Amino acid sequence: MRIIRDRRIVEDTFVHLDEHAPVPSGVGVVLPWSRWLAERASLADRGAPVGVRVAATIDLATLVEALSSLAVVAIEIPKFTDGRAYSLARRLRGEAGFSGELRAVGDVLRDQLLFLSRCGFDAFELAPGRSLEDALEAFGDHERHYQSSADRTRPLWTRPSPG
Amino acid sequence: MYRYDEADQQIVEERARQFRGQVERRLDGRLSEEEFRPLRLQNGLYLQLHAYMLRVAIPYGLLSATQLRQLAHIARTYDRGYGHFTTRQNLQFNWPTLTDTPAILDALASVQMHAIQTSGNCVRNVTSDPFAGVAADEIVDPRPYCEFLRQWSTFHPEFAHLPRKFKIAVTGATVDRAAIAVHDIGLRIRKDEAGRIGFEYFAGGGQGRTPVLAEKLRDFLEEADLLAYTEAVLRIYNELGRRDNKYKARIKVLIKEMGSAEFRRRVEAEFETTRHDPALRLDPEALARMKAHFVPPDYATLPDGQTALQAGRLGKDRAYARWLASNLAPHRVPGYAIVQLSLKSETLPPGDVTADQMDAIADLAERHGFGRILVTHRQNLVLPDVRIDALRQVHAALEGLGFATPNVDRVTDIIACPGLDYCDLANARSIPVAQSIQQTLADADRVHDLGPLTLNISGCINACGHHHVGNIGILGIDKQGEEFYQLTLGGSARDDASVGKVLGRALTAEEIPGAVERILATYAVLRSGADEAFLAVVRRVGLGPFKEAVYADHS
Repeated sequence: MRIIRDRRIVEDTFVHLDEHAPVPSGVGVVLPWSRWLAERASLADRGAPVGVRVAATIDLATLVEALSSLAVVAIEIPKFTDGRAYSLARRLRGEAGFSGELRAVGDVLRDQLLFLSRCGFDAFELAPGRSLEDALEAFGDHERHYQSSADRTRPLWTRPSPG
Repeated sequence: MYRYDEADQQIVEERARQFRGQVERRLDGRLSEEEFRPLRLQNGLYLQLHAYMLRVAIPYGLLSATQLRQLAHIARTYDRGYGHFTTRQNLQFNWPTLTDTPAILDALASVQMHAIQTSGNCVRNVTSDPFAGVAADEIVDPRPYCEFLRQWSTFHPEFAHLPRKFKIAVTGATVDRAAIAVHDIGLRIRKDEAGRIGFEYFAGGGQGRTPVLAEKLRDFLEEADLLAYTEAVLRIYNELGRRDNKYKARIKVLIKEMGSAEFRRRVEAEFETTRHDPALRLDPEALARMKAHFVPPDYATLPDGQTALQAGRLGKDRAYARWLASNLAPHRVPGYAIVQLSLKSETLPPGDVTADQMDAIADLAERHGFGRILVTHRQNLVLPDVRIDALRQVHAALEGLGFATPNVDRVTDIIACPGLDYCDLANARSIPVAQSIQQTLADADRVHDLGPLTLNISGCINACGHHHVGNIGILGIDKQGEEFYQLTLGGSARDDASVGKVLGRALTAEEIPGAVERILATYAVLRSGADEAFLAVVRRVGLGPFKEAVYADHS
């Protein structure tokens, strides 16, 4: 599967597992959150990166506690109009200091990519049937932003007055 | 007023280009209507009963003459020669085509305007006191804070998909002319004993099907923390606001269900994080730079003009005298007055202005003032800086344009939503009801004598016509496919904000003018004197006598 990572189209290096599929060795895996909770001890020493797939409504404190052992947090967007993932991403990039991959999965569409990335997402699995090439253009929709976000841009109101 | 530099300009131009691309993808089918809908809404484009409607943002209601002329140009070129000013200080074009919209956005961008976030589930255009910067009772000019909020909320990446729309209103005066109690966030700017500026911070007010007055979150929030605190409120709402039922998705429902104490606790906890974010704190330099955009223009040094005003009010020219009494407001600078243009007459629907009238108003604003025009939430316009020695000239010019009806804040200064004539949400028509009431109350002396009185009409429970907070409210409802109207009395959008109470069974459109007439006659009998306003009488005597007057058998 191809995904967008760091604003480029790349082949996904992770294997996505459901609740029951055996965990392959030597390759990164992304598991449902509930499975990761159940198998976290055996996953810790496998020598390859592990990620989780979570809903935006997940209990933040529990997730934050797990972050140090996670390479990927994939947040599900059930509908593109549901904005909760944006706030969760900001919390993970902000106070929680997560620096691994933050991946948007689910109803992920081109016209939301720029704001998702500003909030801290750096990887995107697009909804089925969407052109990744088209979607890349979205990052160029706006070059300047008034306010700061997880991207730590400088707010425009702090710029010195001209002259 | 706030003037764009190349960065602001780039943002509105990028937006126009982005929307042009989205329209192209909609037309070639790459975007479905379902996917396109939130995109066009966040650009103010609605699909209405007969056509698209484009809502243009007028941040805190402030326009330059150049901008108003451009709106006239757009009305002529892309619409049917008129525009409609709304209760949120915006302007709506009722007849644009989808394919023309990108060109309209370009035309707006060329005069530092846009349609960003005038609809959709996001932070909407920030509204304020229409007399901001000139009101005699102003404590602090609210416009710099409105502009900070505008910039902070414009394309805020985290809050573009809120559970529901979000409206912020700010007042900096003694009298609240911004209806802050019925907004998702309402701010009253104050000064503490040491002269420091801060905000009395309210949240959770709103109209719609569940009218609620806002709860106070803070007595005094420091000026520098405005954005940090607002970001905390929005984050809590974005995460916890209901998304299962659009009628329960506003922040007022979250606060009611959670309890205001718990909501406040969560906001304060979040604020502990956001307040330390330097990107949210407004430092003294940023505040000073923003305030410099709103320094007063070069007023002349003039005598106070009060003698001339008094003479005019007592003079033989009754039309002029009434106009001075009702359409003027006191200015902070001696020798100047704030002039309100009544967009409420029998000739045009409330809030409508033709392109030619827009041009003429722009000319007047330049000749009599500093080229500024304001929009009020009661759908009127304001010339904020008219010299008292020029009032006769201005009055004559406004009479010629049809905007000198001496009825501002009087019973015929009716707020009305577009209603079933335009809107696909409406249950009933609003505009013809407003016009029929205006026709039965054509006697200017009588309207004048009835004193301050607000009458607001909404064509459906969404309450765009603010019926809940009208002293007299009229709500259009649908009963088995027929239009009926419910009357409420006792609402107010001012400092003494309250939600009106239903008077009795709904009436037909034909019955409404007579019922209003009987309510007014009852008031005239019951008032203790000319100083006791309609609202005061309703609060003193209750609904009983009015109910009796409207529903007793009159045959």
